[in-house]
Amino acid sequence: MSPASAFLLGVRALLPMLLGVAPFGVIYGVVALQSGIPPLAAFLMSSLVFAGSAQFLLAQLVGAGAPALLSVGAVGLINLRHALYSASVAPVLHALPRRWKLLLAYLLTDEAYAAAIPHLLGNPKSPVAHWILFGAGFALWAGWQLATLAGVLLGAQLPPDLGLDFALPLTFIAIVVPLIDNRARLAAALIAGTVAVALSGLPYKTGLFAAALAGLAAGAFIGEKR
Amino acid sequence: MNWLPLWLACGLITFAIRYSFIALEGSYHPPGWFVRWLPFVPIASLTALAVPELLLIAGKIGVGLDNPRLWAGLVAIGVAARWKNTLLTIAVGFAVFALLRWIG
Repeated sequence: MSPASAFLLGVRALLPMLLGVAPFGVIYGVVALQSGIPPLAAFLMSSLVFAGSAQFLLAQLVGAGAPALLSVGAVGLINLRHALYSASVAPVLHALPRRWKLLLAYLLTDEAYAAAIPHLLGNPKSPVAHWILFGAGFALWAGWQLATLAGVLLGAQLPPDLGLDFALPLTFIAIVVPLIDNRARLAAALIAGTVAVALSGLPYKTGLFAAALAGLAAGAFIGEKR
Repeated sequence: MNWLPLWLACGLITFAIRYSFIALEGSYHPPGWFVRWLPFVPIASLTALAVPELLLIAGKIGVGLDNPRLWAGLVAIGVAARWKNTLLTIAVGFAVFALLRWIG
């Protein structure tokens, strides 16, 4: 496989997810403006922070006048799960020059990881595996910038009750359900979902992190028993 | 509002998290259990993001017909399990969601 075809494989794996991500980006732009964030700042957050749910959280916190240190901590907390993606792709990237590692770390999002990981697990020794991750990461990045820009331009003109944000959980369903092919993975999903609902009242989405860890532990426990 | 330093700080911490294990690789090798557990990460974290969106209305569990997200989500789960097609799952899920909202 050539670097170009690996790149396109990554782009193609990600493209369907843009259907779920693009409305989310548009809504982010609208929500950010409604929180009192200037249009330029709202747009630049998408490249400087580049993390969907964390951007919503940050926009909310800024709108509520939260202290900066708390906002940074909350963004770190909700993005902690990316450390596990980092560990997951590290073996594939370890022989690459540092500029590649920096670039791919910047592009390492939920969606890019989800789109690329089936291909990376399939051929981790491939010399062009990093191009697959780059293709998926770049496609999401470009789509996110454009969607955010559209949202900022639309601003408050968009009717708020279209329910476009529902495309995001649908995207996650479309990713996760086909991955569940044994009891341990089913347990991971059931426990994570249950704990996330039970702890949804915790501030700053800390319940999400606890839920992800609980699901991970449940899946690992059942997986190790077999 | 002094947004640029705040954005940069949030971007830096996000980047540091994403770079963490990629940077460590070579000097630190995750143990075997860690590697075996990793496939559960996307399942657990993405499910944790999605399920509250389906079940909760303004922080309270809603299982009635007044919660179109739940029923549309359940249909989407069925479509995803049967056909394993991302685009189809999102399209059918959103169609059911829009229909239920239009009826209700």
